[in-house]
Amino acid sequence: MLHTLAALVENHPGVLARVAGLFARRAYNIDSLSVCQTENPELSRMTIVVDGDDQIIEQVRNQLNKLVAVHTVMDLTGKSIVDRQLALVRVKVSTETRSEVLQIVDVFRGRVVDMGTCNLTVELTGDTEKIDAFVNSIRPYGLAELVRTGRIAIMRSEA
Amino acid sequence: MSEEITGATGATVLLKALEQEGVDVIFGYPGGVLLSLYDALLDSPIRHILGRHEQGVVHAADGYARVSGKVGVCLATSGPGATNLVTGIANAYLDSIPMVVLTGQVPTSLLGTDAFQEADITGITMPITKHAYLVKDASEIPRIVKEAFYLARTGRPGPVLIDLPKDILAAEDVETTSSGMKLSGYQVPGRADDEKINEILKALSDSQKPVIYAGGGVITAEAGEVLKQLSEKAGLPVLTTLMGIGCLPSDHPNLLGMVGMHGSVTANYAVDECDLLIAVGVRFDDRVTSGLGHTFATNAKIVHIDIDPAEIGKAVKTHIPINGDARLVLEQIVDGLAGSSVPQFTDWWERLNSWKATYPLRFDRDRLTPQSVIEAVGELTNEDTIVVTDVGQHQMWVAQFYPFMHTRKLATSGGLGTMGFGLPAAMGAQIACPDDLVILFVGDGSLQMTIQELATIAHNNLPVKIVLLNNGVLGMVRQWQKMFFNKRYSSIDLEGNPDFIKLAEAYGIRGIQVDSNEQVKSSIAEAIKHPGPVLLNFVISPEEDVLPMIPPGKAITEMLGR
Ligand SMILES: Cc1cc2nc3c(=O)[nH]c(=O)nc-3n(C[C@H](O)[C@H](O)[C@H](O)COP(=O)(O)OP(=O)(O)OC[C@H]3O[C@@H](n4cnc5c(N)ncnc54)[C@H](O)[C@@H]3O)c2cc1C
Ligand SMILES: Cc1ncc(C[n+]2csc(CCOP(=O)(O)OP(=O)(O)O)c2C)c(N)n1
Repeated sequence: MLHTLAALVENHPGVLARVAGLFARRAYNIDSLSVCQTENPELSRMTIVVDGDDQIIEQVRNQLNKLVAVHTVMDLTGKSIVDRQLALVRVKVSTETRSEVLQIVDVFRGRVVDMGTCNLTVELTGDTEKIDAFVNSIRPYGLAELVRTGRIAIMRSEA
Repeated sequence: MSEEITGATGATVLLKALEQEGVDVIFGYPGGVLLSLYDALLDSPIRHILGRHEQGVVHAADGYARVSGKVGVCLATSGPGATNLVTGIANAYLDSIPMVVLTGQVPTSLLGTDAFQEADITGITMPITKHAYLVKDASEIPRIVKEAFYLARTGRPGPVLIDLPKDILAAEDVETTSSGMKLSGYQVPGRADDEKINEILKALSDSQKPVIYAGGGVITAEAGEVLKQLSEKAGLPVLTTLMGIGCLPSDHPNLLGMVGMHGSVTANYAVDECDLLIAVGVRFDDRVTSGLGHTFATNAKIVHIDIDPAEIGKAVKTHIPINGDARLVLEQIVDGLAGSSVPQFTDWWERLNSWKATYPLRFDRDRLTPQSVIEAVGELTNEDTIVVTDVGQHQMWVAQFYPFMHTRKLATSGGLGTMGFGLPAAMGAQIACPDDLVILFVGDGSLQMTIQELATIAHNNLPVKIVLLNNGVLGMVRQWQKMFFNKRYSSIDLEGNPDFIKLAEAYGIRGIQVDSNEQVKSSIAEAIKHPGPVLLNFVISPEEDVLPMIPPGKAITEMLGR
């Protein structure tokens, strides 16, 4: 099962290498990883999506926590969270299909951020399912290129 | 830093910071990028021991740490100096030994350029250090040193590396910032919740066949005394890992011996039959469980007390996990027992004692056997004697037959099983404890891996007694080929061995040759009497086996040589 872990880590060079090395060495399966500075410039937040049963996830958390540069590790799985990914999708279009594609983009609340003679580039945010659904919908028209970030997540505020 | 040093260089700031951590000795080896540090060492009260290879200096710092409980410190130059430390760092990491490793590095301006003698040592050692620093600003040295020592010795100890670029060491007029530590992400577990202690007490009162499985963490926590109290108070049998030897004196009636591949029959049977396994400061290593988490102590409720939460539940399923310090938690259990009457497990003890009587460790006393040499050394030394081993059959025989009475009297490479550890570790142990007798048990294969350190021993007149159990082969490997590969011996013959007596003498070390059983005791006595280092060459048969043995990957019930 996929788990979403949020780790607060020191914002130093080398921390990412330590975390990545740990995952590689102990053969944990990273599905995605995103890192960026937080509201506190000394700390970065890593959102790590990792596959494994409860026992493996417990090990991952403990092993991560052991790194001196890691401050906290939270498992957000099953918690009330907002999670997002960003995708940039280049779709092939022709004069016949252009308006259909634009309709789909609209349904998914995407934004066209670039346009060529025979393709357009769409920016889309959402959870994994939404982005998957969008990609599947436009695939028949011709998927020229797809870039997507890993998942980032935040806990919902308590009312 | 409290004291303002004017005109301080990076090197002098470093040495002052080390002094403030109580460092009295550094094991090291110089090189280009370290020249300003070696220059400053001439004016420092810190003693420097020059090894003859960087593997020697890192194992020496390790041996020093194991017997003293203090943080060992070693130093090597950039590039090849640093990479020569790698085995020793891994060795300390796997056995959780507190160590600070100082390495020189190319100047910051050249970092990442494949400069002369550049090696990315913080990168190379990432999986084998508890933490590592690359110093980019000399003013941070006091803080980094303070943090490094704190990290190395607290929680689960381990090696911490500080990589020091040449220009940082040479920097002049260094103004140091405060040495306050910035380790907000680092926590050291202590006591357990009372609730957990009650769970253990309840499990104890429900149990008919409990056993304590004690390891290296008990020694780290200095918890030997309270472990003994618990064992005596509640009538609990104790078995130890290789790393836990000395937790209970070897003649203690509650001790069942070592568990695992070459452990005693009683200890292994006890694990197999117990209904409550109280594991403390152990990591369920595969030399103990055969890598078979699912066949290990299957009848037992498992309590696991460990300071590292990542060890709990890693190798076996745990019923009562307790993340805490072994000494504090054992004290809580002892306190919890006060007043309550604990069953004394009479039936269980009857069974254990009958195994003890049926399956003692055995060997032949009529020949010159390695076991008889170890037994004789045991008789001629005392409870304060420090014993260091290398890796192989001789190591297992020492674990089985030397009568250890206290903790920190055995220094042996358990987790990495590093041949070549013994001689330099003995050197470090002797420097940590100059007034104690240090005995090294070593095989002829292992000795030759770091034999250059005989020069360091001679140079510093360290009175280590080297007991060479010379079988002319890589004994442990040969035993496996004999048992599991139909005696198809492959590359285990050490033909070409030097004349070890002449070799010792060439270094100015006294050599004593022993070929027969009759000479064993007198030669050992003579070596102990001699004020300097001695090498005793005991010629033994290559046919001796370490028994009993649980074949690799097999369950306890498949033990050979009971
Ligand atoms: C040739 C050879 C044969 C071997 N055969 C055997 C054998 O038959 N039997 C055997 O037992 N070993 C054997 N070993 C050694 C084996 O490989 C392991 O090194 C050993 O079993 C590990 O011991 P341990 O479980 O006590 O853990 P250690 O490696 O000593 O680890 C200590 C544990 O205690 C924890 N800890 C540290 N500090 C504290 C604290 N303050 N409070 C609480 N917990 C703490 C740590 O987190 C860790 O989990 C052999 C080694 C070699 C080289
Ligand atoms: C550095 C290293 N290389 C190889 C091994 C594998 N190994 C384990 S025991 C052993 C033989 C040790 O021989 P010796 O030192 O003569 O001791 P003996 O077993 O004969 O007592 C070998 C090669 C090892 N543990 N360490």
